[in-house]
Amino acid sequence: MSQSLDAYLILSALLFSIGTFGFLARRNAIAMLMSIELMLNAVNLAVIAFGAFTPSLAGHAALIALLVMAVAAAEATVGLAIVIAIYRNRRTPLVDEYASMRE
Amino acid sequence: MTTDQLLVTLLLALPIGGFGLTALVGRRLYTRAWLIAVPVIIVTWLIGMYIVYQALFVGAYGEHGLRFTLWEWVPAGDFRVPVNFLVDNLTAVLLVVVTTVGMLVHVYSIGYMAHDPGRWRFFAYLNLFMFSMLLLVLADNFLLLFAAWELVGLSSYLLIGFWYRRRAAALAAKKAFLVNRVGDFGFALGIMAIWTTVGTLNFAEVFEFFAPGDGVAGLEHWMVVGIALLLFTGAVGKSAQVPLHVWLPDAMEGPTPVSALIHAATMVNAGVYFVARANPIFAQAPEAMVVIAAIGIFTAILAASIAFTQRDIKRVLAYSTLSQLGYMFAALGVGAFSAAIFHLVTHGFFKGLLFLGSGSVIHAVHDEQDMNRMGGLARKIPITHWTMLIGAIAIAGIPPLAGFWSKDEILGESFLFGFYWVWAIGVVVAVMTGIYMFRLMGKTFYGPSHVDPAIEPEIHESPPSMTVPLILLAIPSALLGLALGFPPMAGLITEWLEPIFHEAQAVLGIEHHAFQLFGIDGTLLVIGAGAGAIGVALGIWFFGLFGLRPRPSQVERVTQRLLPLYRGSAAKWYFDELNDLIFVRFGGVVARAMWWFDVRIVDGTVNGIAGLTQGAGRGIRTIQTGRVQNYALGIAAGLLLIAVMYIFVVAR
Repeated sequence: MSQSLDAYLILSALLFSIGTFGFLARRNAIAMLMSIELMLNAVNLAVIAFGAFTPSLAGHAALIALLVMAVAAAEATVGLAIVIAIYRNRRTPLVDEYASMRE
Repeated sequence: MTTDQLLVTLLLALPIGGFGLTALVGRRLYTRAWLIAVPVIIVTWLIGMYIVYQALFVGAYGEHGLRFTLWEWVPAGDFRVPVNFLVDNLTAVLLVVVTTVGMLVHVYSIGYMAHDPGRWRFFAYLNLFMFSMLLLVLADNFLLLFAAWELVGLSSYLLIGFWYRRRAAALAAKKAFLVNRVGDFGFALGIMAIWTTVGTLNFAEVFEFFAPGDGVAGLEHWMVVGIALLLFTGAVGKSAQVPLHVWLPDAMEGPTPVSALIHAATMVNAGVYFVARANPIFAQAPEAMVVIAAIGIFTAILAASIAFTQRDIKRVLAYSTLSQLGYMFAALGVGAFSAAIFHLVTHGFFKGLLFLGSGSVIHAVHDEQDMNRMGGLARKIPITHWTMLIGAIAIAGIPPLAGFWSKDEILGESFLFGFYWVWAIGVVVAVMTGIYMFRLMGKTFYGPSHVDPAIEPEIHESPPSMTVPLILLAIPSALLGLALGFPPMAGLITEWLEPIFHEAQAVLGIEHHAFQLFGIDGTLLVIGAGAGAIGVALGIWFFGLFGLRPRPSQVERVTQRLLPLYRGSAAKWYFDELNDLIFVRFGGVVARAMWWFDVRIVDGTVNGIAGLTQGAGRGIRTIQTGRVQNYALGIAAGLLLIAVMYIFVVAR
């Protein structure tokens, strides 16, 4: 375990940026969901890192991290269910093909 | 409610009830559409005569008349207007004309309208008119009078346009309505001015205010004159004085009984009645009185000059009506109120007679109105001829028939009160009246016949329902002047109306003196009668009488000599053209400019704002792509912006 908080935060920022880029750039719905997971995990990493370096926050940080994991799991479940439902309907995972609500 | 009050109410309730019933069931009565309307008016006439008897001969209502309120009409805070009525001597005198001529015209219409499929409509309208006219003379406040004023205008409109399928009739009705609106606008302004200055619209209180004393003294003089002139504007429109006279000749497009009743004997007199009724106001505004006299006498001579050259028998009578109304206004203007009302009464009878007679003539020659296609009718329709001859002599002012006494009173008093110019023009008009009336008689009844040979054998006298009213009207046309106006300026009519006008005349500084037969009055009397006689003699010389042959070649010679005058007169002195130029052409340009301003500037602003919003919406819509990633990009960019701002702005 590194003794530098900065290292964790830089890693977290990198992960978050990759996630953001993936969410914005990928057209595949499943890949976008994966990007969201990546962003959530980046946030989690930042929270845990703050907790580890600030003893008074350690308990809270762990709690928040667990909460985020639970929410992420739920979100992934619902998201995947929706994507599969749309995929069955439209025969494509590409989000820019889902244009029936436009105009 | 006393019996007399009930009877006055009935006087109004009966005609309006007759109107409602005839309008509802008249169509099912077919040829007997008169079955409700005419009896109702006969009863109205009987009641009217009783009230007149009570007012004038018994004096049951005293000097101030019978006043009563039926109900509160407009109870709006300070602005309270009741439905109240007044029967005084002036009202009673008007009632004589309105109910009598009205009743006779109703009876006459039974025969005249017998073949018209719209007769039920006709009788319904006629009853509506009777209601309106009676309301007009009975009203005891300005607003009620104004309502009646508009109601008679409405009935007039409906009856002028009675044959609405004829384009000329529809246009004439519209013209009458619009021209009257011009006058009524001024009238309404005058009433509003009274409300703001006096604070009430009841006749009694308003006239009390304008009586000499503190009330009127508190007003600026120009305001009094202004009110008087505004009120007079209404009278100018309704009584067809220059420059609003143009509607009356065109109103002859209506059925002849309507011309007789509304456009000769009653409604057009409303203006005269009103000015006489409002005499305390006008007496305080001598400047306005001069204007009234000038407009009146100018109308008299202008209309008489037009009557010379018209070929339509009804139009001659219409211009004659204008001319006689001009006399009445001249009389009002000089302060001879009772002379004006006297002439109103006699004129109502003899002009009603002349119109009904002309209707009988038109009936006889199968709806021909052009006098150049008549002639020689005297023997074929004798009753019509004799009664119309009486009417013609009466209007020409030959003693002892009715017109002489009233016209002489007007001329005499305008001279005595110092209006020499009114008197001089009046005498000229008296000569002209004789000429154009006997031109009408000559061209219609005497000389060789110019009737269409196909119609000639079918000419017949009208049915009794038409001739009896003619005879009944001929009697007052002959005798009423003598009955009411003798001795001159001290007859019954003067005696009746004296209490109503004496205060106003005192304000105007008019003093009555004894009639001098061998002095100034006698001289004026002879001049007046002489003027009428000269006119009649000239008319007979040119156009014939009984066996006397007309002289068409002489008429032609005079016409050629006075060609510019003839042309102007035949073209009615170009008033219609002038109105067309001012209001239709120039007014049209102004209206179009206004229209442009409205469409481009006013509507343009509103539409511009709407267009701007719409355009903005259309522009912004393009960024709503429906793609989640585009929105997410927005969110991310926003987030980044906030982060950058935090680092560079807040954290520093």
